[in-house]
Amino acid sequence: MSTLSKMVIIIIGMITVNNYPLSQFLGICPFLGVSTDLNSATGMGVAVTFVMTLATIVTWPLQIFVLDKLGIGYLQTVAFILIIAALVQFIEMFMKKNMPALYKSMGIYLPLITTNCAVLGVCISNLDKEYNFFESVAQAFGGGLGFWFALCIMAGVRSKLVDQSRIPKSFHGVPIVLTTASILSLAFLGFSGMFS
Amino acid sequence: MAEQKKSKLSILTNGLIKENPVLVLVIGTCPTLATSTSVETGFGMGLAATAVLICSNIVISALHKLIPDKVRIPCFITVIAAFVTIVQMLLEAYVPSLYSALGLYLPLIVVNCIILGRAEMFASKNSVVDSALDGVGMGLGFTLTLCIMGSIREILGSGTWLAGDWFGLAPGFKGIILQSRWIPGMNIMTMVPGGFFVFACVMATVHYFTRDKSKIRNSFGCDGCAMQGVCTDDDKAAEKGAAA
Repeated sequence: MSTLSKMVIIIIGMITVNNYPLSQFLGICPFLGVSTDLNSATGMGVAVTFVMTLATIVTWPLQIFVLDKLGIGYLQTVAFILIIAALVQFIEMFMKKNMPALYKSMGIYLPLITTNCAVLGVCISNLDKEYNFFESVAQAFGGGLGFWFALCIMAGVRSKLVDQSRIPKSFHGVPIVLTTASILSLAFLGFSGMFS
Repeated sequence: MAEQKKSKLSILTNGLIKENPVLVLVIGTCPTLATSTSVETGFGMGLAATAVLICSNIVISALHKLIPDKVRIPCFITVIAAFVTIVQMLLEAYVPSLYSALGLYLPLIVVNCIILGRAEMFASKNSVVDSALDGVGMGLGFTLTLCIMGSIREILGSGTWLAGDWFGLAPGFKGIILQSRWIPGMNIMTMVPGGFFVFACVMATVHYFTRDKSKIRNSFGCDGCAMQGVCTDDDKAAEKGAAA
């Protein structure tokens, strides 16, 4: 199979079968926290996709060409989290200076991404699965798109939920959102088996 | 701290029930959902996170006067990542079965909001002993929640309880088998939708019993998770929901 078709399959797979928040339990905090309305869901989704792809472009060569070559592969966790934190900081500074309009709409979501476990998760799982560089980038990009997709669906459901339904008292707040997520992930379970 | 000095015992028990990190503060949801498929993996995850939490709390509270305020978050993350790496290497060497069962979620302890949140909210403001006790309490609270959720999901999902070889301590132990020929396990409970649903039910139960005594947190309390700015929007939405 050519690299390109492999990449397409990985991207589609990451959006549907292996969707991060709904099938792999990664990035649940922002998935539950930022999915209150469509605007913030979109902002967060775009920011996560961007940072995930960029973080993969940086961390994959770092592991293969630096850490493994020097025999200090065990520093993976420390190195990756620092790279991600620094990267997010740089993007924020760059955007503030050069793209103020974009910064206004997307900037507030950037600092939150450092502690998003899906970003560190995708960087580590690229190497666990022994993907090559292009497959890794495809997995990160697809993972970000899938996160964005799930966030938007959730935001749509929640905007109806808060105003228009009668919920048992104990289920107010977090529990009803988790129940919604449960039903959503049940729907995503239908995708399983799409790729062998 | 501005508020009154708390007794050592209350610091220790604070994390168990009153401020249970998962059920009351709603932080650290990812590992809770992912590793509570059985009691064994949940317990292992809880202990690993507890070890990291205690060590990082001690070190951060000892160093907090030396760390400049502006770069404290990267410093905290570095300390936490170092301890996670140590735990990861120890588990790989001595408990390989748990290491492979936890998989990706072991390095992800670094970004577990409980640990960074406690560093930010407690350890950087309190003494070393208090921080260590807070770490023990919070860690045990996390472990307890994981075990409760693991029990429910394991009993309903695979029809056993406490199954597994318990990190090599009990080889050949099959667990307490509750499944019969007529009642097969519901696999869905060990899968993703079951995880979300059991979590929702456990949290609703906690709400039911605490709603008269204390104010329920309706929002996602990602305190110290750098999430606060966005989460406050959720506060308003939840209040609107409660009023409607």
